[in-house]
Amino acid sequence: MIRFVLRRLLVTIPMILVVVTLTWGLIRLAPGNFYATERGLPAAVEQNIRAKYGLDQPWYVQYGRMMANTLRGDMGTSLSYDGQPVNEILRRTIPVSAGLGLLAYLLALTVGVTTGTLAALRQNSGLDYSSMGLAMLGISLPNFVLGPLLVLLFSLTLYWLPPARWDGLFSRSMVLPVLTLSAIYMAYIARLTRAGMLEVLRSDYIRTARAKGLRERHIVIRHAMRGGILPVVSFSGPALAILVTGTVVVERIFAIPGVGNYFIQANLNRDEPLILGIVVFISVIILMLNLLVDVAYGFIDPRVRY
Amino acid sequence: MSPTASSTRESGISTAVTEAAAHVERTPDAEIAGTSLWRSAWRRLLRNRLAVFGMVMIGLIVTASIVGPPIIRTTTGYTYDSIPAESSLVRSFPPLRAPDGSLSAAHPMGTDSSGRDILARVLLGGRISLMVGIIATLVSLVIGIAYGATAGYLGGHVDDVMMRIVDVLYAIPYMMVVIVLLALFGGQSAIGQLFLLFAALGAVSWLTMARIVRGQVISLKNREFVLAARAGGVSTRKIIQRHLIPNTIGPVIVYATLTVPSVMLQEAFLSFLGLGVQAPLASWGSLAADGIQNIAVFPWQLLFPGITMALTLVSLNFLGDGLRDALDPQTRKT
Amino acid sequence: MTAVTPLLSVRGLTTYFDLEEGVVKAVDGVSFDLERGKTLGIVGESGSGKSVTNLSILRLIPTPPGRIVSGQILFDGKDILTMSDDEIRTIRGRRIAMIFQDPMSSLNPFMRISRQLMEITQLHLGYGREQAHQHAVRMLETVGIPDPSTRVAGYPHEFSGGMRQRVMIAMALSCSPELLIADEPTTALDVTIQAQILELIKKLKEETGTSVILITHDLGVVAGMTDEIVVMYAGKVFERAPTTELFAKPGNPYTKGLLRSVPDPTSEQGRLYQIPGLPPDPAHLPPGCPFAPRCDYVQEICRQEFPPFVSLNERHQSLCHFAAEVYGGQPAGA
Repeated sequence: MIRFVLRRLLVTIPMILVVVTLTWGLIRLAPGNFYATERGLPAAVEQNIRAKYGLDQPWYVQYGRMMANTLRGDMGTSLSYDGQPVNEILRRTIPVSAGLGLLAYLLALTVGVTTGTLAALRQNSGLDYSSMGLAMLGISLPNFVLGPLLVLLFSLTLYWLPPARWDGLFSRSMVLPVLTLSAIYMAYIARLTRAGMLEVLRSDYIRTARAKGLRERHIVIRHAMRGGILPVVSFSGPALAILVTGTVVVERIFAIPGVGNYFIQANLNRDEPLILGIVVFISVIILMLNLLVDVAYGFIDPRVRY
Repeated sequence: MSPTASSTRESGISTAVTEAAAHVERTPDAEIAGTSLWRSAWRRLLRNRLAVFGMVMIGLIVTASIVGPPIIRTTTGYTYDSIPAESSLVRSFPPLRAPDGSLSAAHPMGTDSSGRDILARVLLGGRISLMVGIIATLVSLVIGIAYGATAGYLGGHVDDVMMRIVDVLYAIPYMMVVIVLLALFGGQSAIGQLFLLFAALGAVSWLTMARIVRGQVISLKNREFVLAARAGGVSTRKIIQRHLIPNTIGPVIVYATLTVPSVMLQEAFLSFLGLGVQAPLASWGSLAADGIQNIAVFPWQLLFPGITMALTLVSLNFLGDGLRDALDPQTRKT
Repeated sequence: MTAVTPLLSVRGLTTYFDLEEGVVKAVDGVSFDLERGKTLGIVGESGSGKSVTNLSILRLIPTPPGRIVSGQILFDGKDILTMSDDEIRTIRGRRIAMIFQDPMSSLNPFMRISRQLMEITQLHLGYGREQAHQHAVRMLETVGIPDPSTRVAGYPHEFSGGMRQRVMIAMALSCSPELLIADEPTTALDVTIQAQILELIKKLKEETGTSVILITHDLGVVAGMTDEIVVMYAGKVFERAPTTELFAKPGNPYTKGLLRSVPDPTSEQGRLYQIPGLPPDPAHLPPGCPFAPRCDYVQEICRQEFPPFVSLNERHQSLCHFAAEVYGGQPAGA
């Protein structure tokens, strides 16, 4: 197991470099640049800008320099946000997005697994149908429709919660964003759990557990859960990654100063250091999370050999 | 039978889809003719009320998207981008109301802030969203089936290498790359953007399809009836045609049906951010982005595209679920 | 002979399944007794209802789609079918234990063997962790697992098939139950291992005095193990007799057919005998005797009227219109 983790960690670095290279390539290939304006700049000014940012060097020199810096962790300075160091921007925004994403996922896990298990235990009951119906809605309703609907209901009509505002991670203004973000994952997890549990509850070893006279609750929690929850574990890795990165929509709707917004803008602005900085961050997160999930899977299922 | 780490990990939302498809993999072998399997599956599907509802709903929505706009244009003259000439009409009217406040059937869904008929825009949005969903899914289908079937059938080192590549690709955060792609290369023309979307979104989903197809092909390759066919001297092409393909189709159909709504959601999310469908075209996502500006005063601008989209996705998901249950009776509730 | 209350008395057990094809009468009016310390064999082909009978005894039938329609199961005088859920849980694993056919799928793959053993004694006998653990190691030793103190911490997939079945037996006998039900314990195992397992069961039975019900489709298995045999077909008891008498003087054409099917290595015959035809579809049983289509002794009455349950002597009954003739040794067609 240790060797597996080490091997994966070792692979992570080249993977990130590949992604960075790919992104860098895309940025360079794309039309436009960060200093372009409507009317075009005088040639001398443009030349100065290019010299200042080292853009007059051959591409492989620029590439090499970029890679060297990246390996050192120096992601440079943003080209569009007033010379702020990229690392500074990341330091400010990552905790926000990550916190939001994590909270949302924890909520999704708790509610989803519980609901899915109950639905599986009471198959074909009213609870089953209604919760799975709600789950179906959850995966079909885009979050940019759900979010505003929630705002419309809870902020603008009922006045229970503040609309788009950022008061820190554990404030009332976080309730709606976290809910909006977690909805679709809650739905998927509930469905996955239900399917997984149904499958497990039908299996022979659960029959054996019953034949041993064990109590139903003990069987569900101690015996069935482990197998039933595996699909959710598999799902969690990539889902968490998407959550962390895909909070863009929610950040937009609720005016949350997270990484997502910066990312979109950076791309539109051709702000290369910022783009690459965010890409590195996202890639690291995703690869780490995937590793975590695989390790967790290995803990739960002893048949998986590393 | 020990699953390895990478084989248990699927990309994001499509895990649910893979689970669905994996259930179908356990379908008993189709007979050589294959018809009785389909017929009983069809019967089972019809008995599933939600799936039937989904099918009907999708049929209605697709039909409306296709014939709706021309009908509206010929009856009322509204198109998705027709701005009224009179400046007093260039504002957002609530549904079913005339400018003077009386009931009127002219704009069943109201108008947006430029006075454009929302129903016409929603129908156009439907055309675009559905088109993107279907075509991108087809793209991922074609690539995935070709790749997966080849890897599965050839096996050995070729298979190993091909699957390694898939594993590596899985680790790449797709949405991020898609965003980069669309933000950097987009904004050229509305049509160009569409093609970019087809390619980008198709490229996101083919990985799981390839895995599913490969899994099916591998398990079928070694089944008795393929060996029997081989022993009887049937050519490789015939084997692929008559045996492997009919048996692989089940999970493929389920996966495809469940991919369409997933892709549509991705497109909507991208369009909402301004990276997807560009003006003057509209998709449900971009309509929602427009509508959100005035959610407090003119909520119908967001509600109608949003609800239509939700309805479409729900229907597709019901249908996909129903297909999965119909093709694998074991997961049915008895 | 004074009548001793049997340990287990099954009276008119009827279990149906509500399936898509119709109502499957898996078990239809089955009755038999088991005296303390004896071994009863239940023999039948697949679909005869033997497994369902035994699952019914412990009320392990999945409901839906199954339901125990009527009957009595008297265990030590009390009717299991009228017990509350709590009551029956005190019997399961404690007084009646069951082992199943496929030890790989019957053991929880995610849990250590130690835990799977310990939870039984912790629950039923109130053992503490230390005590339960030692008991578990002792049980493994009793069933012949080498190096038990180390292996007890292992997972099921680390054991071979035969070993796993031994673990199941250890689990079953943990609380020294009065009755052990073994549902096809050797069917999934290699022939050499089969013999070992059966020997083990026999030895443990003799040491502990546990009564045993042994279910199998293999007459060879019951020959050396059982005191009495019940032959089942199409959900009914077709014959009931002490083992030696059943083999020597069967009273039912079905039993005769089964006996003929056991390959005799010493005989000169070229072909292996097989009862012609297939077992009936339990959802669509014909009127009259269910075995009529395949029977050597069949007459018109067999197809019209359901056969009587004839008492050939005090301990030997047979469900047949011609039980006496078969018992008397008359060949078919006479």
